[in-house]
Amino acid sequence: MPELELTIRHDDGVLVLDLHGDLDGGATDQMKQAQTTAAEVAPRVLVLNFADLGYMNSTGIALIVGVLAEARRLGSDVRVCGLSDHYRHIFEITRLADFVSFHLDEGEAVDNQHTPAS
Amino acid sequence: MAVTTGLQPARWRRRKRGKASARARSPEDEPSRPSPTAFEEPPVDIAPQDPLLAYLQSEPEPVDLRRLRLDSPALEALRDAGVELVVPLVAHGEVVGVLNLGPRLSEQEYSAEDKRLLARLASQAAPALRVAQLVREQEAEVRRRERFQQEMHLVQLIQQNFLPQQLPEVDGWELDALYRPAQEVGGDFYDVIELEDGQLGLLVADVTDKGVAAGFVMASARSILRAAVQRLVEPGAVLERANDQLHPDMPPNMFVTCLYGVLEPDTGRFRFANAGHNLPCVQTGDGAVEIRATGMPLGLMPAMDYEQAEVTVEPGRALLLYSDAIPEAHAPDGEMFSFGRLIDTVGEGPTSAALIPHVLDTLAGFTGEGWEQEDDITVVAACRSAAGRPGRASTPGSSQRHDPGRRELDRFAVPDDAPDERAATERVGTAVGGLDMDPRRLDNLRTAVAEAVMNAVEHGNAGRADLTVSVRVAASDRDVVVEVTDQGAGDPLPDTVVEPDLDAKLRGAQSPRGWGLFLIRELLDDLQIQRTDGGNTVSLVLDRNGGSDA
Repeated sequence: MPELELTIRHDDGVLVLDLHGDLDGGATDQMKQAQTTAAEVAPRVLVLNFADLGYMNSTGIALIVGVLAEARRLGSDVRVCGLSDHYRHIFEITRLADFVSFHLDEGEAVDNQHTPAS
Repeated sequence: MAVTTGLQPARWRRRKRGKASARARSPEDEPSRPSPTAFEEPPVDIAPQDPLLAYLQSEPEPVDLRRLRLDSPALEALRDAGVELVVPLVAHGEVVGVLNLGPRLSEQEYSAEDKRLLARLASQAAPALRVAQLVREQEAEVRRRERFQQEMHLVQLIQQNFLPQQLPEVDGWELDALYRPAQEVGGDFYDVIELEDGQLGLLVADVTDKGVAAGFVMASARSILRAAVQRLVEPGAVLERANDQLHPDMPPNMFVTCLYGVLEPDTGRFRFANAGHNLPCVQTGDGAVEIRATGMPLGLMPAMDYEQAEVTVEPGRALLLYSDAIPEAHAPDGEMFSFGRLIDTVGEGPTSAALIPHVLDTLAGFTGEGWEQEDDITVVAACRSAAGRPGRASTPGSSQRHDPGRRELDRFAVPDDAPDERAATERVGTAVGGLDMDPRRLDNLRTAVAEAVMNAVEHGNAGRADLTVSVRVAASDRDVVVEVTDQGAGDPLPDTVVEPDLDAKLRGAQSPRGWGLFLIRELLDDLQIQRTDGGNTVSLVLDRNGGSDA
């Protein structure tokens, strides 16, 4: 299975996490790193870009909970883009959806004037 | 132009490419509605070898029959029917029909202009006619196939009702059984029969041949064997009686191989007789051995004797009865799994109900991916608990296993030393691939299976590499069930599934983990958890026809 490749980009108070591959137990270190980076830069907006997500299991959900907990502590606005219908459904079941806004793509997520995708 | 009065459709059907047939249509091909045009004259069929057909093929123009000189029965018939002009309908170089025209109403001859017009009409009508013929042939084929499938499904349902719906509970023993047909109607069957004095009759049989006939022989053999088992004590006598009763009515070239034995649960003694079937395989603690007894298959010849043999299943050991699909399965390079490999597999396998999944998984590893099961697989395992730890035979989980309404699609073991919930998920996805399920519901099932397998590996088996997780996939017309069973080395699963407290997790007051069972429950239509001495079984149920739109 493709291990997660995580790209972390920071620009003007916006921290973008591009998740390529699978978000499961194998992604723990990278997601912890993302948390650490977030704590360092205290971004205004944190974007989780799932456009290249392969697979996600409940361990991956726990890793997202960790990132959300960090963002909450920092007061960052968490925006999610590129999530498939299935995993969006899982975000809704787990109520993660209550703590993020959903967007079609990164451009829409970064543009804070834009209305989030419903 | 008065062409319609004499217009007749050619009664040709293509039987094969390049040939036009003159046979009458079968009822399947002919919809039960009136022909779109009514004709006074009966249609004329042109035989494939009739010279007229060759002529029309070579001269795809309107042909004036009065001027045609050919020794052709069809030509005579057409003239008799009052046809003056035939216009061949040619598509892709083949005559797919003809327009037959009688005399013009004006009683004048067809002019060159009429013929040009008719030729143009024919050139446009022919491809359309061919398309219509193909559509009709295809529709008839679809109807034929549907009816065949319905019939097979019905026989299959009847046949599955002959298999035990629930295995008996026997103190100190775990019983397990599996029947997986290669075709929709197979000829294998097994039976587990409670006898007087707490003894247990175990039977595995294989009817030669497949299909509906084998299904009926199986039903008859099962009834005869059941009756014989109730009246007679010794396995050899049971097979003698069954053979004598089956023989007179056995269809030619068919027979039944059968192994029947009586197990004494208190002592582990298993005495059996064999009618040309595979020998029973018994774990010894140092591998496994076959025990030999010989006899002719049932139904071949009357008045046969059946040798009897016996073996003792020691505590903590298992006995396996099976049909020949397992030893005779082939690897992609043509090598056979073989009896030797099966005995080794049983010898090194678990001594519990995980034995059958272990055997099937080893077989799957041997045959490789994409193996098309060559024959029915039937296995019965009787596993004797180690002393001091009496097992239980029929848990709620195992009774569900034998729900006759559900057909097993797959069964395999997930090794704990290489736990890969995704491989298990993909395999379940493949197993249910033919069920035409809604893709969103299939995604939900995949995620639920992944979570259940992860739970079983990490919690149920406490991550122990020597334990396995077994997965069973079954489906009925109504639902799909995936059972994930661990060996119960870890903490038992909770009685109820509670929603994780996300706020507490986000505050850091709780571990961010603990979503598995909750996700499963939310994604599926039903979640059942059964806990036994031997482990936990989580049954994931998804309605095939909608259900809650999880």
